Amino acid sequence: MKRANWTEYQKAIADDKYYYARSCIRQNFYPGSEKAFLEILHKDLGRDIFDDPLHTSCTGIGYHSDIVPLETIMTVVARQFSLMNDAGYENFVTSCITSFGIYTEILSTWEEFPETEEKTRENLFKATGREFVKPKNLAHTSDVMFHFRNEIAGRMKRPLINARTGEPLRVVEHIGCHYAKIFPSKGIGGSEFPYVLAGMIESWGGNVVDYPERRHCCGFGFRNYLVQANRGYSIANSHKKLESMAPYKPDFIVCNCPGCTMFLDRWQYTIAEMDGTTYGDDGHGIPVLTYEEMAGLVLGYDPWELGMQMHQVDVEPLLDKMGIDYDPSAKYLGRNGKYIGKPEPAAVNCSSQNNTIYDIKM
Amino acid sequence: MATINFGYSINRPRLIDIDRNNLRKSDEILLEMPELQTCIGCGTCTASCTAGNLTDFNFRKVHTLVRRGEYAGAYEEMNKCMLCGKCRLLCPRGINTRGVVMLIKRKLGDF
Amino acid sequence: MKKRVAIIGGGVAGMQTALRLKRTGGIEPVIIEREEELGGKVRNWHVLFPTFTPAGEVLGALRSEVAAAGIEVLTGEEAEEFTDRSVKLRSERTIECDAVALCSGFTLFDATLKEEYGYGIYDNVYTSADLERMFSEGRVAMADGSAPRRIAFLHCVGSRDEKVCQRHCSKVCCITGVKQAIEMKRLFPTADVFNFYMDIRMFGPGYEELYREAQQRYNIHFVRGRISEASPMMDGRVQIKSEDTLTGRPLRMSVDMLVLLIGMRANDENGRFADKAGLTLAQSGFMQSRDLFLGNTESPRPGIFYAGAVTAPKSIGETLNEGFTAADRIAEYLGVK
Repeated sequence: MKRANWTEYQKAIADDKYYYARSCIRQNFYPGSEKAFLEILHKDLGRDIFDDPLHTSCTGIGYHSDIVPLETIMTVVARQFSLMNDAGYENFVTSCITSFGIYTEILSTWEEFPETEEKTRENLFKATGREFVKPKNLAHTSDVMFHFRNEIAGRMKRPLINARTGEPLRVVEHIGCHYAKIFPSKGIGGSEFPYVLAGMIESWGGNVVDYPERRHCCGFGFRNYLVQANRGYSIANSHKKLESMAPYKPDFIVCNCPGCTMFLDRWQYTIAEMDGTTYGDDGHGIPVLTYEEMAGLVLGYDPWELGMQMHQVDVEPLLDKMGIDYDPSAKYLGRNGKYIGKPEPAAVNCSSQNNTIYDIKM
Repeated sequence: MATINFGYSINRPRLIDIDRNNLRKSDEILLEMPELQTCIGCGTCTASCTAGNLTDFNFRKVHTLVRRGEYAGAYEEMNKCMLCGKCRLLCPRGINTRGVVMLIKRKLGDF
Repeated sequence: MKKRVAIIGGGVAGMQTALRLKRTGGIEPVIIEREEELGGKVRNWHVLFPTFTPAGEVLGALRSEVAAAGIEVLTGEEAEEFTDRSVKLRSERTIECDAVALCSGFTLFDATLKEEYGYGIYDNVYTSADLERMFSEGRVAMADGSAPRRIAFLHCVGSRDEKVCQRHCSKVCCITGVKQAIEMKRLFPTADVFNFYMDIRMFGPGYEELYREAQQRYNIHFVRGRISEASPMMDGRVQIKSEDTLTGRPLRMSVDMLVLLIGMRANDENGRFADKAGLTLAQSGFMQSRDLFLGNTESPRPGIFYAGAVTAPKSIGETLNEGFTAADRIAEYLGVK
């Protein structure tokens, strides 16, 4: 695909010394991803990244659900920046797309309305006694991964290539709405042709699938999902995307937003259980990966170390395609070999769940 | 397979999907009355409509939907027309609006 | 001694102004044209609305009159800056003169800026200018060479759009869209043609009639709604989305060709010209006339005049008329009767 214009949307991404802000929900949904990011940066790339236990949620979910007022979230964000300053860092990286959107929006608001910045400075001092500082550089963690894509390619153990056919894997990339739809110039590639994930896929040997509903929202939409009565509307959006991408037979989907990863993965299960429709190979689902998991697989990490057993749609078909060695019997063994339980068989999953060693143990 | 009741279902899209709609009837209608295509959506017909002032009948909207291949309910809608002919007197494009009502009813009785 | 008038731009406005000035007998016009030949934007057009007159007929007549009148023409020369008494060329040459007529027209909007339509990225997305070129070459087809069965035209690309800093209406794209839709329907009678518009502005003689003919005789569908995005499909076709605002519902369809009716925007050099010559720009970036009623072809500075689309989007007919008006004003200013 001729993506000549993505080069017009570049942004400065710091090369080292990051202050890391975690996502509230990723640690539950895809618990291995943030750990993998830290490990890749520390061990593979030798960079300094600080995972600070003092920071909090950015309160974005509350903000987007009309529970947290703007003044409050601005103060919370100012506190995160202040913590970063205390820790001796200037480059703020955030693991969540909505947080990234919120940080970007708040920094722009302060830029645009100095009186609002002044008010936040006051609020921060009143609430915490802290000093107000702004980061030198703000990036999403997928920006950082994009920044190192060639370095990662240099250490690649398993390219995004079908080991059986030698063909590049067909990858659907899905960018969270808050990544570039709020401020297109703050996202690599802008909002219409975001390149942040596509760049990783291409550098690591895969092919990006451009399908008609590529730019459509996954349907999370916060309050639209949080209220059960509205979920039919939420799921319809993922449904629309899956219907649109299925003819391209993607090998997997990769997302950079906590919500999108969750919904494109979990809704496949829901759709299959509601009306029997599945979108992947052999009547199963299409595996949905985070970009850290994708990078981890490429760098030769063990899929269970990456937390890929926590996916709704089984990832084994993809692992087999990539020729990755993994231990099927270790899938549901967590830290220290402790059994973590396993899901009921479902239409989107493959047979790997049936009668394994765990069943015997139990 | 047994389906699970999640307490909600997948909302049906409300978009007009021209690829899925069968435009054959619409083409037939336009072939018989090409002037219908000249509608500029001014709404004079609906503004003056005897039925439309008392019910939710909207002549302009119904025939536009029919031209896009959305036939469901068009026949029933057109039945609301009292055939008074006021709209035909006013239409700036000179469309035989009463004729359109009769034509749509004739062509779309089955939908 | 004859007066000398420098005419910047050798399109239809410049040629017409020069011809009228030359006929006074007391004025020697000199046309400065950036390209290697006279004609401007009209060179790239196939036929003209609303009469389907070949653009070459209009240009041919003007060019041969210019040649027959012995008007001095400098091609391949670009004006860098000017005052009422001289024009400095990029080639470092300076043309001394007694008055200047700025006839430098407009710039076609760059459709790649509207990223959501994927122009330059998806194979079957074209601009109205591309389509004119294809008409001229006598070969209109999809990227893979096959005949289109469904074609969509999108009005107002780069016009009335704050997102690309073009708030003005380019005026001629509506009728161009109607004209090109008819041409496509003539070439491909069984194809379905859809025009997506925000408003249809038929301001000229015969335009509304042509619009009506497009609807009634050619069965061209007009959908009131702006396309929000175009996406590629597996077979190389294009999926488009808009609202059908007259029914209040979103609409989606696939098309074989999407044609973007690109607008007219102000030239980048207008700002530089204005700075150097003490002129003013309109909000749209086009040159601002002294007065929209009584001084339409005059700048606020004595000795500097305008003709054609340099002041606002205009049709060819209007531009040609302005050439006459500007020339008459110049002659008056120079005291040549």
